[in-house]
Amino acid sequence: MEKVRLIEVKENILSDNDAVAADLRRTLFASETYVINLMASPGAGKTSLLLQTLPRLSDLFSMGVVEADIDSAVDAEKIMKTGVKSVQLRTGGFCHLDASMVKKGLDAIGYEKFDIVFIENVGNLVCPAEFDTGAIADVMILSVPEGDDKPLKYPLMFSKCSVLIVNKTDMAVLSDFDIKKLEKRVRRLNPGIKIFPLSCRTGEGLGSWTGWLEGAVAEFRKGIST
Amino acid sequence: MHELPVTEKILDIVLKHARLNHVSEIRSITLHVGGLSDLEDEWIQHYFDYLSKDTQASGARLIIERLPIVMKCGLCDERFAIEKSEIGEARCAGCGKGDRLSIISGKEYYIKEMEAV
Repeated sequence: MEKVRLIEVKENILSDNDAVAADLRRTLFASETYVINLMASPGAGKTSLLLQTLPRLSDLFSMGVVEADIDSAVDAEKIMKTGVKSVQLRTGGFCHLDASMVKKGLDAIGYEKFDIVFIENVGNLVCPAEFDTGAIADVMILSVPEGDDKPLKYPLMFSKCSVLIVNKTDMAVLSDFDIKKLEKRVRRLNPGIKIFPLSCRTGEGLGSWTGWLEGAVAEFRKGIST
Repeated sequence: MHELPVTEKILDIVLKHARLNHVSEIRSITLHVGGLSDLEDEWIQHYFDYLSKDTQASGARLIIERLPIVMKCGLCDERFAIEKSEIGEARCAGCGKGDRLSIISGKEYYIKEMEAV
């Protein structure tokens, strides 16, 4: 009988994806395109945030949107109505985007022409957290009706993002959502995260977010030129 | 939910090592997965059984070893392991403060070894 051998593998399961992501990030530095991977649950307001953000920054930057959805083009059509170029990626059942899918979307939109490209990831707080997409910044939205306890359930997502947008603040009066409690929980996972409470419906708080984004793009360019 | 693409990768990697090591049959595969990952063991095995049919890895058992989530306190430098369910309410095991913590491990995703003939 053949002897059972123990073979050392020691290989990272996601190393292929990580390599594509690193490559993609290098090309984004070269083309000076600030790509944002936008993640949230379905209904938290990813498309609404884009619809509010794009017109506020359209004098300053050329922008594009890559929409990912399991199997529809509803969001891309909404963006297109604003006059902003957008492409739809159908993930065909996949619950997240990985770096090669993002690369496909960016190539399709012609990313090098844009200052900022938003990638609207699949609505989900679990799977997108595990895959590096190659984007320059990871931004997530949590909406007030989802509750302030979400960092306890999805710590990986809250730990990987550099920005947390708390949307639907106009609904806070209707609920027991406690922003202080949320902030405390999030900062335990991610002390440096930027938090922007806002309402896409009333427009309240949007200026802080777009102001931050303006600064972040300037920093990004400065980082490249120095 | 993302077990399927992850499982495809696992299969690719072990079959590559099977070729390199002239293996005829893989019996078990040991994975090291950080405690922050949401992968479900049962589903990975289920997908693996399906994907590995008619390969040298058919019938292999996946042994998933969870690595602890470790946090570090920026105030006193203490490192401590913590359960995923407690992470949002975490306090430093050394100084008791909770406002300067960072996660230093728990996101690992790798294949450690495999048993084969």
